[in-house]
Amino acid sequence: MADQTFPIPGTPDVGLSRGAAVLEWLHSWVVTVDHKKLGILYVVYAIFFMLVAGAEAMAIRIQLAIPHNHFLSPELYNEFFTMHGTTMVFLVGMTFIFGFGNYLVPLMIGARDMAFPRLNAFSFWMTAFGGLLLYYSFIGGFGLYGMGSAPDVTWWAYAPLTERAFSPGHNTDYWALALIVAGFGTLGAAINTLATVFSMRCRGMTLFRMPLFVWLMTVTSGLTLITITPLTAAQVMLTIDRYLGGHFFDTQAGGSATVWMHFFWIFGHPEVYVLILPAFGIASEVIPVFSRKAIFGYPAMVAASIGIAFVSLSVWAHHMFTIGMTSVSNAFFALSTMMVGIPTGIKIFNWIATMWGGKIRFATPMLFCTAFLFQFLCAGLTGIMLAVAPWNWQLHNSYFVIAHFHYTLTGSFVFCMFAGIYYWYPKVTGRMLSETLGKWHFWLFFIGFHMTFDTMHFVGILGMPRSIYTYEPDRGWNTLNMIISVGGLIQAIAVLILAWNLIDSFLHGSAAGNDPWDAWTLEWSTPSPPPPYNFATDPVVRSRRPLWDIKHPNDPDWKYER
Amino acid sequence: MLTLAFMRAAPSVAQGALTTPSILAPASTPAHETFALSQFVLVITGTIFVVVGGLLAFVIIRFHARKTDAGHEPAQIYGSTQVELAWTVIPVLTVVVLFLTTARVIFAIQDAPEPKSALDVTVVGHQFWWEFRYPKLGIVTANELHIPASTSDAPQPAYLQLLSADVDHSFWVPQLGGKTDLIPDHPNQMWIDADKPGLYLGQCAQFCGIEHAKMLIRVYVDTPQGFDAWVKNQQQPAMDDAAVAAGRRVFESEACANCHTIVGTSAHGTFGPDLTHLMSRATIAAGAAANTPDNLRSWIEDPNTFKPGALMPAMQLSDQETDEVVAYLTTLR
Amino acid sequence: MSSIPIFADENWRLPSRGRVAMFSLIIGESAIFTIFVVAYIYYIGRSTYGPTPQILDVPWFNTICLLSSSISILFAERAIERGRLRSFGAWWALTMLLGIVFLAGTTVEWKRLIYTDGLSIRTNLFGTTFYSLVGLHATHVVVGLLMLSLVMIFTLLGRVEQRHAERIQVLSLYWHFVDAVWVVVFTVVYMVGR
Repeated sequence: MADQTFPIPGTPDVGLSRGAAVLEWLHSWVVTVDHKKLGILYVVYAIFFMLVAGAEAMAIRIQLAIPHNHFLSPELYNEFFTMHGTTMVFLVGMTFIFGFGNYLVPLMIGARDMAFPRLNAFSFWMTAFGGLLLYYSFIGGFGLYGMGSAPDVTWWAYAPLTERAFSPGHNTDYWALALIVAGFGTLGAAINTLATVFSMRCRGMTLFRMPLFVWLMTVTSGLTLITITPLTAAQVMLTIDRYLGGHFFDTQAGGSATVWMHFFWIFGHPEVYVLILPAFGIASEVIPVFSRKAIFGYPAMVAASIGIAFVSLSVWAHHMFTIGMTSVSNAFFALSTMMVGIPTGIKIFNWIATMWGGKIRFATPMLFCTAFLFQFLCAGLTGIMLAVAPWNWQLHNSYFVIAHFHYTLTGSFVFCMFAGIYYWYPKVTGRMLSETLGKWHFWLFFIGFHMTFDTMHFVGILGMPRSIYTYEPDRGWNTLNMIISVGGLIQAIAVLILAWNLIDSFLHGSAAGNDPWDAWTLEWSTPSPPPPYNFATDPVVRSRRPLWDIKHPNDPDWKYER
Repeated sequence: MLTLAFMRAAPSVAQGALTTPSILAPASTPAHETFALSQFVLVITGTIFVVVGGLLAFVIIRFHARKTDAGHEPAQIYGSTQVELAWTVIPVLTVVVLFLTTARVIFAIQDAPEPKSALDVTVVGHQFWWEFRYPKLGIVTANELHIPASTSDAPQPAYLQLLSADVDHSFWVPQLGGKTDLIPDHPNQMWIDADKPGLYLGQCAQFCGIEHAKMLIRVYVDTPQGFDAWVKNQQQPAMDDAAVAAGRRVFESEACANCHTIVGTSAHGTFGPDLTHLMSRATIAAGAAANTPDNLRSWIEDPNTFKPGALMPAMQLSDQETDEVVAYLTTLR
Repeated sequence: MSSIPIFADENWRLPSRGRVAMFSLIIGESAIFTIFVVAYIYYIGRSTYGPTPQILDVPWFNTICLLSSSISILFAERAIERGRLRSFGAWWALTMLLGIVFLAGTTVEWKRLIYTDGLSIRTNLFGTTFYSLVGLHATHVVVGLLMLSLVMIFTLLGRVEQRHAERIQVLSLYWHFVDAVWVVVFTVVYMVGR
């Protein structure tokens, strides 16, 4: 193994100098193919870019706190909100899910590593470099107004605004090329996950005995294969238009702006399910353990996840209700969008039923999951409102939509990621995170989140559209915007507390042991952190909760599981 | 609860401050239909919220681990077919009801046949201003739309044909209806019929470039007589006051005429707004500034003052030329 | 950790990871091709100016070559399964040859289209969609040929053995995919679109 040294007994200890040891340590991270190290790299990358995109959000909120503000110029504002969205989806969202997936999937299925460790490393570095290329845009070359060339066309980059004629600088090119590069990394990670899950499960672990997190990573990876690829195709088409004189989206030559919209949202809608499904997986691991009960309705949870993935492929044009589709098309997409709420709602019921009759311990991971349940309920309901096409004609591209998707992305996805961090940090590092700081983080973030995003619904209802660098002072939006901005500040403080907790606990946290939460899946049977080879002997399992079976030999799961 | 209260209070608040473009203060049939539908949907989602949220709250309080608990694990329940069936069937039925009500309104709004009395307006979206053409009346204007009030005994809805000269835009005046996009090479149509005279505000709702934020809309709903008067004025060629002939010469000879039209002069440009009746508008630069001589002057000297990134270049006129042109433009009522 | 004996001594058989990975890759690639095919179909007849698909000659010979290469690679797979390495080498070489002929034919076709008929990727919408779709496929043929040539080199060096049969089959899967895509592209571009 490249990252472990085994001294030969009897030889004198030729220790490395301090500097050499540090270099050796850094080198081991750069060349690693160990899924655990790559998982950590992904998550650290995600947290770093969450701070960066969060800073972009803070700049946006400072600009919008008062009308006609001059904190950001129009060009810089447009770059910041485009980069905020693009960063959060691709460099924070995708990296979090494949980070958690990479670390946990082999451990949870009793495997030694992912199916293709070198592909794993390749995928991470492709994604990482895609992100660096995206951010290089801020300094590489002069944009139209000397503000750098960061993408400034919104994260959905509608044509023909993105064509050479209307975006002569390199902003759009950075957007397309960086995401094509990162997309290859994502594709590799998805292929790897599927191969791992189908081909490397330990003895006895049938598909219906896998932890739900593994199921959700599997469904996510399958969905990713046909989700990211349409975006890559569309971006290649855009690049052909911009560099080879193509006419895909050139409306003067017969090309079509709406074709871009369809292709983008065929990617864009399933993408948000790609993001949220692993979050559901995390909730499905945390909630049972902290309720002290098995998950309620495991087969239904699996079916609902697969159902969500399939139905999510049929809803994309609910982002396009206002483009002038026929009434029949609008009705179809309204129906399909409402339908995707059914399996999603079922999952919420199952989680609540898991908590029902339990003995709930509200440690930090559970606090975040409980808030997730409440917020995801709200998000689902505003999603239903947006599915009602005539109401959508009002709410589309307003701050109501921004509130809705931040409820799903921040209020649900990020809350679950935080839960996952608090839950598995002890396994990864061998140390417990501070519960006190965790609770500060939770409550501040919860309060700030609601202050911002609850208010945002109302300012959208009052007619404020999105993507605007300022607004008129006589429209009645001033106070609400100020409240939204203050809430953002509170969230920022909360996230800084998390960052501090992560570092401080790594140095001074109490020892975690193998199984600090008294949990039931295979990763908790290894030391914390696990050795490079994960399991000394290949595990053999007989139920969905192998450790429950060991801890309760008179009452094992395999007697009762359906 | 909070939302419902807000929704009931907001119309009166919004109407008091008539400049808040709230979707809760509908003033046109499509907006009314949407508002009614939204209230029905809100009742359904509100019920779901109360029931499921209530269950969640109950579970958090009732099943909180207490120190007095016995040490063993609670009963492990793996599932229940009846319960799971029930909570699948109920959502399906809810979706059916929601969908049928939604579909009815979709068809009512989108497929409403255009009556003969309708006013036809062609809207062309530009970066970053609105062109309004009234083909049957021979009028071309910009940024401020005038339509007559439409009552049930004298219906006169405005049917807007939506086109784009460059990129995607979206026409959104919340009180008059939902938005519809303006997409190049993809004509769209929408209709509004405002019942009460007044000023209704909106703005572009599809990111169209650097000054998307300043592509504002003002819709003046006039009384039928007021509208007729406005039409008659707009149909006249431009005022030709000899006192400001110098300014007119500057306008026609400098690059202004390349982009702007003033009917009755040699200026026939179409890249920028029609200025024939510039002074009949309350704002300039699609709402970025009030229409005053000082603002006009600043705008002509350097549009970046109000709208950095606007496609009109700084005109590089001398001070005297600028004074003359402004004096001329301010006569174009 | 202690093992929990499973109740029956069944074989624990899982699919090969190479096959799962290749199927996944093929699914992803199919999605990319689907987008380009959909764009092509939607844009048929929508060029506002310039050459139309009537100028295309149906590439029968190329197609026969490429589709035959799927048959030859199948024989190669059989050969290595049975340990007949010389036979394998011969069929593999034939597959490569047929692939190269296909690419050569494409080159000839494109040369004529560009220089005689004046159709390039920037000429009009038809040019853009044609070269993008057919070019995307050709790129995949090139990548496939690169992989095939690697195997060819290893074979000539005597390093390929019967135990590599499974890996060869996984690679062949990719080649079959490339051929299947050609069937779709051929039908859409040269049959439906003209």
